[in-house]
Amino acid sequence: MATIKELRQGLDSKRFSSAELTKYYLDRIKKFNKDLNAFITLTEDLALEQARAADKRIAAGSQEMLTGIPYAAKDLFCTRGVRTTAASKILENFVPPYDSTVVARLRAAGAVLVGKTNLDQFAHGSSTETSYYGPVHNPWDLERNPGGSSGGSAAAVSAGLVPFALATETGGSIRQPASLCGISGWKPTYGRVSRYGVIAMSSSMDTMGTVARSAEDLAITAEAISGFDPKDGTSGKLPVKAWSKNLTRSMKGLRIGVPQEYFVPGIEKDVKEKVSMAIEEIRKLGPKIIEVSLPMTSYGSMVYAIVTPSEISSNLSRYDSIRFGHTTDKANDLYELYAKSRAEGFGDEAKRRIMTGAYALSAGYRDAYYTKAQKVRRLLVNEFHEMFKKVDILLCPSTPNVALKIGKAADDPLFGYIADQLNIPASLAGLAAMGVPCGLGKPDDGAAVSLPIGMQILGPQWGEELVFQVGYAYQQITDWHKQKPVGF
Amino acid sequence: MITQEEVAYIAKLARIELKQEELEKYRIDLNKILGYIEILKTVDTTGVEPLAQVTGLENIFRSDEAEEQGIADDILQNISETSGRFIRVKKVL
Repeated sequence: MATIKELRQGLDSKRFSSAELTKYYLDRIKKFNKDLNAFITLTEDLALEQARAADKRIAAGSQEMLTGIPYAAKDLFCTRGVRTTAASKILENFVPPYDSTVVARLRAAGAVLVGKTNLDQFAHGSSTETSYYGPVHNPWDLERNPGGSSGGSAAAVSAGLVPFALATETGGSIRQPASLCGISGWKPTYGRVSRYGVIAMSSSMDTMGTVARSAEDLAITAEAISGFDPKDGTSGKLPVKAWSKNLTRSMKGLRIGVPQEYFVPGIEKDVKEKVSMAIEEIRKLGPKIIEVSLPMTSYGSMVYAIVTPSEISSNLSRYDSIRFGHTTDKANDLYELYAKSRAEGFGDEAKRRIMTGAYALSAGYRDAYYTKAQKVRRLLVNEFHEMFKKVDILLCPSTPNVALKIGKAADDPLFGYIADQLNIPASLAGLAAMGVPCGLGKPDDGAAVSLPIGMQILGPQWGEELVFQVGYAYQQITDWHKQKPVGF
Repeated sequence: MITQEEVAYIAKLARIELKQEELEKYRIDLNKILGYIEILKTVDTTGVEPLAQVTGLENIFRSDEAEEQGIADDILQNISETSGRFIRVKKVL
């Protein structure tokens, strides 16, 4: 399974054309998607058209890093003229009249969109089981979920159906599925990448990133999609550097913290062991490894369980069934139009989160829930700020467990908050982060399977450069990122 | 503890019609979630200012000027009921 860098060399040396490459991936998608359900929509005609345009550009010598490279976008990114569902019924027939900024940038770079990937409905979930279009299956074991919410993107990259995919993360939705599918995932600093045109979940935390086969590939994609966007007032004006050309850095003298709280009670034996081994591998490169403590991170998923639904209840109020989205045929008046359309169009998890948020924000409860959670959020964020004065980077497990069987998430309203407990704190603080594969192991129940395990690399806000360098350094001395699931 | 009446009230605020059996389901779910976050009450936040966002940015302004995008027809295609170039809605009063 080729990396972007290898494909770039192949295209530039005319070993194959973008049209040939695109057909190759489309064929793989058609062959394997029935097992994985990673895609909601294929954009074959558009892809071949974009590939032919890319080939002309390459022939003219005006290509960029991603010109002619096929990719998939999580079906949360608006794509002009291509149905964008958020894996929901309410947006089943929604065709955006414009591109999200990220997709527009990839279009301008000449990347080739082959399809839209499955996700937890509205990105609410951590297993890709809440999709209206059915669950995604993990390529490492089809009976297991790929994590979520970017489970379709992660499964597609893991199975070699695309070399990279767009994903989004609000609290784990990139790092967690990347980890459970054995690939690399970049969760950008909040504000690093424009949110414009990506269906909103929790606006103070939503980030748009990528999943790919290596830290180097992530750096390449990050350069293409990062940077200030006048259409997103929260996007930052810091310069986008040539991260992919600046990956080599000595680890000597680096201060790396290992937060003890992330080795939570109940963490699976193999996960703990493989992440500890990965940290030992990095130790050999000469950094100073320091055991540290971040006690406030233990409250992260509780803060998230208030703040996120609150922002969701506000963001999802736009689905009025009038300007876009599913419309009921049973309404007699305007109230019924709203209430019946939304009842028919939203799934269970979306309804639960909207109502949780509406409750947390309602008169008489706001101070006890929403404001209290925001105060604890400040304490948690301050703790990270203080920590990054003492260390340059943090290493810890991405998830407490390997991939779970499909069905485990159903009917547990707390599933997502617990599944993402190790990812959420960095999201609340808007940090730069990456997940890298660091081993294979069994679940604690002893099932005879070999499943991917992931490690997180957490940097300070805007710390992408160092995060990519540490990931790259680790992938130079190990080959876990080169492992692939059997049968693909 | 949240009651079924409160669930019905929240659902009305959120404009989501619930069936009778769903009231009980979401009552149980919401109480589970509120039980999960109960521990936050034990964190001492005396004198702590609430944190709404992490960018450090404040009051980002831009001029509010319409730009011709040429996509009016594409926008109208997503609307369930139109009348010419107008959107039809149900009777409000």
